[in-house]
Amino acid sequence: MSSNTNAAANIKAEKNLRKRAGLTDTNLLLIITIAVFVAMYALAVFLLGGGFTKPQTFFNILNENASLIVLSCGMSLVMITGGIDISVGQVTALVCMACAVYLDRDVLHPEEYAGNPGNVVTALLIALGIGLAFGLVQGFIVAYLNIQPFIVTLAGLFFAKGMTTIINATQFNVANEQFLKLKEKRITVPGMGANNKLGVYVPAYVEIGVIVAVAIVIILFILLRWTKLGRNFYAVGGNNQSANMLGINVRRTKFMAHLLCGLLAGIGGFVYFMHAGSGSPSHAGGAEMNAIASSIIGGTMLTGGVGNIAGTFFGVLSLSTIKNIVASLGLDEAWWTNITVALMLCIFLLLQSVILSRKHKAKK
Amino acid sequence: METGAVLEMRGICKYFPGVRALEQVDFTLREGEIHALMGENGAGKSTLIKVLTGVYPKDGGEIRLKGSDKPVHIRSPQEAQNMGISTVYQEITLCPNLTVAENMYIGRTKGPLTNWRKINNDAGKLLDSLGIPALPAQQLGSCSIAVQQMVAIARAVDMECKVLILDEPTSSLDEQEVEKLFKLMRDLKEKGVGIIFVTHFLEQVYEVCDRITVLRDGTLVGEYVIEDLPRVQLVSKMLGKDFDDMADIKSESDTDKIDYNSTPVYEAKKLAGTTGIKPFDFSIHKGEVNGFTGLLGSGRSECVRAIFGADKVSGGTVMMNGKKVKINKPLDAMKNGISYLPEDRKRDGIVGDLSVRDNIILALQVMKGFFRPFSRAQAEAFADEYIKLLSIKTASSETPIKSLSGGNQQKVILARWLLANPVYLILDEPTRGIDIGTKVEIQKLVLKLAAEGKSVTFISSEIDEMIRTCSRLVVMRDGKVVGELSGNDLNQNKIMATIAGGESK
Repeated sequence: MSSNTNAAANIKAEKNLRKRAGLTDTNLLLIITIAVFVAMYALAVFLLGGGFTKPQTFFNILNENASLIVLSCGMSLVMITGGIDISVGQVTALVCMACAVYLDRDVLHPEEYAGNPGNVVTALLIALGIGLAFGLVQGFIVAYLNIQPFIVTLAGLFFAKGMTTIINATQFNVANEQFLKLKEKRITVPGMGANNKLGVYVPAYVEIGVIVAVAIVIILFILLRWTKLGRNFYAVGGNNQSANMLGINVRRTKFMAHLLCGLLAGIGGFVYFMHAGSGSPSHAGGAEMNAIASSIIGGTMLTGGVGNIAGTFFGVLSLSTIKNIVASLGLDEAWWTNITVALMLCIFLLLQSVILSRKHKAKK
Repeated sequence: METGAVLEMRGICKYFPGVRALEQVDFTLREGEIHALMGENGAGKSTLIKVLTGVYPKDGGEIRLKGSDKPVHIRSPQEAQNMGISTVYQEITLCPNLTVAENMYIGRTKGPLTNWRKINNDAGKLLDSLGIPALPAQQLGSCSIAVQQMVAIARAVDMECKVLILDEPTSSLDEQEVEKLFKLMRDLKEKGVGIIFVTHFLEQVYEVCDRITVLRDGTLVGEYVIEDLPRVQLVSKMLGKDFDDMADIKSESDTDKIDYNSTPVYEAKKLAGTTGIKPFDFSIHKGEVNGFTGLLGSGRSECVRAIFGADKVSGGTVMMNGKKVKINKPLDAMKNGISYLPEDRKRDGIVGDLSVRDNIILALQVMKGFFRPFSRAQAEAFADEYIKLLSIKTASSETPIKSLSGGNQQKVILARWLLANPVYLILDEPTRGIDIGTKVEIQKLVLKLAAEGKSVTFISSEIDEMIRTCSRLVVMRDGKVVGELSGNDLNQNKIMATIAGGESK
């Protein structure tokens, strides 16, 4: 009885202590990100009316961006350690092309594989293998040979781009039946459906990719918050010399960040492939930039050490919501979207730096 | 081992190519004492610390720790930590983006997961017991530097350290923060921790330490109980000049010619910088050579950097020839005819890959503006003139400066500033690391410049050299101007006594 009250008192005391301790930069930026997303979505509802209040509209944003969520998560990991990986977009394209060519090998090379199309599990393994290979090589060069991540992954970007066109230079849609079944798979979200104009109830759904993306967000959130590896990412990004003095293996930590980012590029690539259902050298063009933008809007700082996977998730949603608004307003040209995103990034970065500098000034 | 000792180093030797960094140095740290390790630059303090923490392998001697019969071999900082030797460096080696608690436990907890409740609770208890004003869940970057320093100490203490090394922990702290740190050090001492305190600040040594070990030129001068070693003795031991040695070298400069009643060429009132020096007054007359003296870290370089605007100036007024001027950046100073030869010529002075000629005309070119370059012939003429004048030994004016010897590099930089034809020249350690012959040449040149009517401020670690060249010395201690000596006061004993301050027995 008394030990119980004691424990309760302890917990209460700890909570008080936390309150007085103030927010860490990471948590502060996370709150801002979520607020920005809510504001953005409210703006969409206000400007575009009813459409955005339907759950399916929200789910469609998820369906469209599942792959970007996965890529952005990987990007955030690397950015938290103070690095960057600009190869992820082209790795996605390479993954799509490799999987597409493999799955449709009976169509492309009938003399060898007639009646023997590729199977989806092997395609997934190919995707993971490509991602891991990029992560492994880039991570090794960055961490153990001490070369700037920007340069290393730029080389990776060109390499992936070249490989994609070597495999197949043109776009084609995959006809593999087993794959199409997977691609068309809809997962119904209970209770979120709506009646259409004819009064027929249409259930709300998400694609498989969304399940994958959400699972990855949850796993990485746990990884970053509670595991040693995750905390080491923050320490290395905060100050890698200090991290070294604190007994952290800085090289291995950087290597792991790039390795995971590569693996996630493989997964993200496969998610993209499941959504697009085709291979093309121009797939996921500029996806790395969207991933960087989403991470930044999500509260990850380019200088490293600050960031949150939940923030990244909302960063992707904010980014795509604003794109949806622009498109729905009839300003359906790419440059309008780009200008809006640029503006949003500027505003967000400004907001971040103002809030952080005010906070730090207040402490002094 | 001596009873009560936690650490014994005997006959430690360490050699670098061509340098004898440590020769037969002994050091003993006892339980529950604060032991100052003192010495000027190059005395071997940091080498000794690095040998102890496993950063450098030792070339001779043995290290014994309490509780082990055999001498220990320390191969890395990690190993040193495991043996109970923790180091807190001048630069905070923690991560500002993590919380206080996490900084205390990261990298040394078992298991793959972080138990936030446990580390917050443990950290809270430890912070309380040491009286450190920080909250476990607070982000480290939001604490003051002093508290961050204390968190680093708390981490070290929690690792069951027997030997705590504090390497210049106070250099970025203000007085109150230093007080807090000292209180923590005394508490730890009560708990039986042996503390090695490395610092340049004499006052602090006398405030908090029990014993002093003095090193000079890589050798042990001695170990002293603090009560037995008056300040002035400590200074003379560090500098290696006998206090009673009355060998007084007369100033060669003709001080009579200087008209002290005239308007000073440069006069600063309450000049304050952001680099930890107290506001100071300073003036120099036409044809005068004066100097800043004090131990390393006393703020003498910071003073002249403030004069030149090389560091941010935070207050005070500056007059040149009676007119008020603003000097906020080096270019302002140069336009007012002030030139500055920096202390660290590799870092602040030479542009290694440029030719001797380009290095010589650099300052003049900056003042003229980069869009109006000198003609080749003009530059050639300038360079040749000064190469001859200062007898710079170089193959040609085209030679990259980095292939010249240290003394000749120094002359090139001197030529650079002479070419700018300054009215006031500041030379910060111009003779460091160069051979005797060139040293004398530079000293002569300084006196010649003064005779020509230029004003020169001269800084050197060698007191002899200062006495020979300067007619007035500003003495600094711990960032403060503590005295001004001229005329008959300009002798070694008086200078050392002023540097030491306090009561000189």
